[in-house]
Amino acid sequence: MSGICEQAVGGKVGSALTLAETPLLSHVLARADDALILGHRLSEWTGHAPLLEEELALANLALDLIGQARLLYEYAGAIEGAGHGEGDFAYFRDPPQFHNLLLVEQPNGDFAMTMLRHFLYAAFADPYWRAMVVAGDATLAAIAAKAEKEMAYHLRHAAGWVIRLGDGTEESHRRLAVALDTLWPFTGEMFLADAGEAALSDAGTVIDPAALRPRWEATIARVFAEANLTRPGGEWAPSGGRAGRHSEHLGHLLATMQHLARSHPGVRW
Amino acid sequence: MYTQALDTAEAQSKPADTAAAARFQARIDAEQRIEPQDFMPEAYRRTLIRQISQHAHSEIVGMLPEGNWITRAPSLRRKAALLAKVQDEGGHGLYLYAAAETLGVARETLVDQLLAGAAKYSSIFNYPTLTWADIGAIGWLVDGAAIMNQIPLCRCSYGPYARAMIRICKEESFHQRQGFEIMLTLCRGTAAQKAMAQDALDRWWWPVLMMFGPPDAQSRHSQHSARWKIKRFSNDELRQKFLDATVPQAQFLGLTLPDPALAFDPETGHWRAGPIDWAEFEAVLAGNGPCNRERLEARRRAHDEGGWVREAARAHAEKRRAAKARAA
Repeated sequence: MSGICEQAVGGKVGSALTLAETPLLSHVLARADDALILGHRLSEWTGHAPLLEEELALANLALDLIGQARLLYEYAGAIEGAGHGEGDFAYFRDPPQFHNLLLVEQPNGDFAMTMLRHFLYAAFADPYWRAMVVAGDATLAAIAAKAEKEMAYHLRHAAGWVIRLGDGTEESHRRLAVALDTLWPFTGEMFLADAGEAALSDAGTVIDPAALRPRWEATIARVFAEANLTRPGGEWAPSGGRAGRHSEHLGHLLATMQHLARSHPGVRW
Repeated sequence: MYTQALDTAEAQSKPADTAAAARFQARIDAEQRIEPQDFMPEAYRRTLIRQISQHAHSEIVGMLPEGNWITRAPSLRRKAALLAKVQDEGGHGLYLYAAAETLGVARETLVDQLLAGAAKYSSIFNYPTLTWADIGAIGWLVDGAAIMNQIPLCRCSYGPYARAMIRICKEESFHQRQGFEIMLTLCRGTAAQKAMAQDALDRWWWPVLMMFGPPDAQSRHSQHSARWKIKRFSNDELRQKFLDATVPQAQFLGLTLPDPALAFDPETGHWRAGPIDWAEFEAVLAGNGPCNRERLEARRRAHDEGGWVREAARAHAEKRRAAKARAA
């Protein structure tokens, strides 16, 4: 993520933070941003879920992810050592300073889109955090110990729905297939590491995401078989989220999320 | 629709067994709990179904005004707390519907009544949440008023409802403190934050006083409910308790209650509010509050758009059952 420093500074406007990012800081922010943005997306469902039980489940998933983000931002603040906390990272960075995957910022769409997005991410995040429990960085390992339990549940929950929708009715299968077409291209980005991250994984501080691909593919194959889904092929594999080059959707999400905090900088809430 | 369903239930019930009815009232008078399998007069059952389902609907509709600020909460701590609070409300709805189901009515039937506009829910949720301070005001005032209403319900004669209320009241007290803490933070913050808090209080105060329902002289349901120990305090008694508890809290916050006639009566030791605009209350109940249409529309949309999901879940479960039966 060597390009990110210029990118971040170049992307700064108005009240945004100025950050000097090291590879470890970028890595931690990226994982925090994944969790926050996906948690925020899930929270958009509140009051509008297809059944009351799922209303509660979606809120649980969102709360877990926001909780993970908070721990990771706290650690990011410690790594940076400039006195910044979760509020600064979440509310006072501009879209190009966010490092989340393009997948997690994609709009909720219908329930099939939301659940498939969650499944594709959880099938990665579950083994990712489990591997991070024994990675070299002690703080990340402690966060991972909590996150891996949560993501194992997320994976079960989302996989259950992918199977239900894939196997359920003609309409649910059709909607799930549309969601798969839309989201599949964004999955490749999960397994990419830039030079900074590669150096961290070589040193054993973090894990190499590419190493998780076989595990992820096996989960996908197992669940898709039960859901009667065909794993798409296709060449198009957009990326850039880790480097701050996002889809148009993130700006809108952040405009909503940040507007109140940014309208009153420096105050307590 | 609601009334029709009730009429049917009444028509099918057997002629009143006066000896059983007397035994029932004696149990109530002895402060014994009535359980689902026990005899109960049809009117008692109907009253409870109406009250518990309205309460459940209020929790579900109440998720909307607060949910309106989850995506804009100004800190991650507040975002998580608000999301958890709204989730609690969904949970309250769920176990209140379950309590109503013990009286022999299906959750789907009750939800259909809500979506058809035939069932009532608390009038307060037909007001908009316009600023972040409204989240504080709702927690402090709306949950505060709900607690006044609900604590006596923990001793309600119907067991499943009373037990549900014990859990709900614990969570509501937490929400109320959280709301007050939001208000306190705003009032100790910048001038703009304090103005936001005052504006929220100005808008929520009167609708919250209306939450306790019409004055005792005009309340239609109170007499039976009192005899059956479903309702232990009158609307006006509860409103007075709330007023006495809340006025000092507003003073502590340094906010002004929007009631020029508000005065302390040294003889009785009670605060006296000015006249409540019951015409506004009636208008909101009749469907003409600021957000009635939007709230119902949001619930209908969620229900309609979720139809294919529920259908898929049913179809999948059916296929699983069939496959299991074939294998057996």
